[in-house]
Amino acid sequence: MSELITKSACELAGLIESKEISSVEATEAFFDRSESLNHLTLSYLHLNRESALAAAQAADSDLAAGKRHSALHGVPIAVKDNLTTTDAPTTAGSKILEGWVPQYDSTVVKRIRAAGLPILGKTNMDEFAMGSSTEYSAYGPSRNPWDLDRIPGGSGGGSSSAVSGHLAPLAVGSDTGGSIRFPAAVTGSVGAKPTYGAVSRYGLIALASSLDQVGPVTNTVLDAALLQDVIAGYDPHDSTSLPDSLGSMAEAVKTAQFKGLKVGVVKQLSSDGFQAGVKKCFDDTIAKLTAEGVEVVEVDCPSFEYSVAAYYLILPAEASSNLARFDSVRFGLRVAPEGNPTIERVMAATREAGFGPEVKRRIILGTYALSSGYYDAYYGSAQKVRTLIQQDLEKAFSQVDVLLTPTAPTTAFKIGEKVNDPLAMYLNDIATIPANLAGIPGMSVPNGLAEEDGLPSGVQILAPAREDARMYQVASLIEALYVAQWGAPLIAQAPGLEANRG
Amino acid sequence: MSEITPDLVRHLASLSRILVTDDEVEKLAGELGVIVDSVATVNKAVSGDVVPTSHPIPMSNVFREDEVAPSLTQEQALSGAADSAEGRFKVAAILDED
Repeated sequence: MSELITKSACELAGLIESKEISSVEATEAFFDRSESLNHLTLSYLHLNRESALAAAQAADSDLAAGKRHSALHGVPIAVKDNLTTTDAPTTAGSKILEGWVPQYDSTVVKRIRAAGLPILGKTNMDEFAMGSSTEYSAYGPSRNPWDLDRIPGGSGGGSSSAVSGHLAPLAVGSDTGGSIRFPAAVTGSVGAKPTYGAVSRYGLIALASSLDQVGPVTNTVLDAALLQDVIAGYDPHDSTSLPDSLGSMAEAVKTAQFKGLKVGVVKQLSSDGFQAGVKKCFDDTIAKLTAEGVEVVEVDCPSFEYSVAAYYLILPAEASSNLARFDSVRFGLRVAPEGNPTIERVMAATREAGFGPEVKRRIILGTYALSSGYYDAYYGSAQKVRTLIQQDLEKAFSQVDVLLTPTAPTTAFKIGEKVNDPLAMYLNDIATIPANLAGIPGMSVPNGLAEEDGLPSGVQILAPAREDARMYQVASLIEALYVAQWGAPLIAQAPGLEANRG
Repeated sequence: MSEITPDLVRHLASLSRILVTDDEVEKLAGELGVIVDSVATVNKAVSGDVVPTSHPIPMSNVFREDEVAPSLTQEQALSGAADSAEGRFKVAAILDED
């Protein structure tokens, strides 16, 4: 394995800045590896060598001219396939958008380019980000570098497997109910969902507009902080974009300290339903923090019990409206039935052929939740649950600085295990959903390997809205405790993909 | 038990503009029935007056200056369309002939 590809993004940025390596060398190292190994993990749907190398050359010449555009200048990155890019197809994992090349860059992609990061390619995902395993991708499932028979989480399993398999040093994902954090937990990587509105959604193919948020997928907390600094910021193109700056996450990480820290453990997310080894890892995190003098208290969030139910009403309702734009007219697939069909019949035939089973399920469910006669009972009640969850969190954060939960109820499950049981699939997000419903930031950090299967587990840090810096600080403190124990981030214990080359 | 019947699924699919086969209708009715029974628990969560939340971070009246900025050309706007004619999106007939 080339030395370069296991380095953190921050280390690579330092080597590029000091001109020990060029951005072109770094970018080529990840391409060489991705081109020979992507067939194992299907992390990428599209690799973008030509345009990435052009960007890397530009980064090198800018640096030579004394222009360093960001702290990650020259470091290559992977981008989830639901963010529009003018130089690569953007499919959101769906056949309905196969081959579509957008005419504009999403704001996140614009910021990444302006910061001097070459884009390696577009990463696989569950179709329109609906799923927890990437098994609902129309282009086949991504695989977990820790065990290729297992899922890398979803919907952002392309980004998580790319980063944990060292096919990219960094990636961006999107998180509607846990699609950044769940994949991070099951691949032993780091994933952060910023406060709603911290990162622009302009050019992000919408799943559920009041829940979606773009964020970093990395191997270290500092890398995630550096990447959030690149992608976050006010954008007039997104009316839900926060006008106030949340400050630099990378700067916040540098001043993290245990002194005076008070953390809460959510009663409703600390007992039943978690795999024994995952629970043991979580208890170990709490014990480590206690040993550092951190005060740990139990907090009660009774409405969390209803968060999955509320989420699976709000999300399908919003998705059924958002996905109405895939109507065969302005972009994407068109399927015309025989004869002289009306546009309605063309739309129905197009959407039948272009959408996969989970997307159809959720659109139909959302249509039901919004229909007259059911609206108050379902969608209306779900919105009220959202208020109750916010109230629970407000109360909890009046007692503690951050909340900790296991990120996922289990380690990575086998491909095929849950794909025919939608409800079982939905429950993977039980610990991550409340953050999306409430708009608060949430982040997953590796906290060990479950003893029964040797697979990665993650701890989730939740902070109040706009307190992303606090979340990153606590994440970096927890990471440091484990790095002290292991001598390196958890990812160093992952089996190499090369062993599976075939 | 939920009331997700095959006929209701057919109706919802038609509202959603998704063509479904009889096999799909049967399968969806079963799957959606289980999901709806599960999500219907939200009813139990709420008692008394609770204000619904539609947006997680309170915001209102988001305005910006109305300034002319570069936008897509007609050619760009039509570039992803399945069919176009005379600089416009071309679609099938809106109304049935009969």
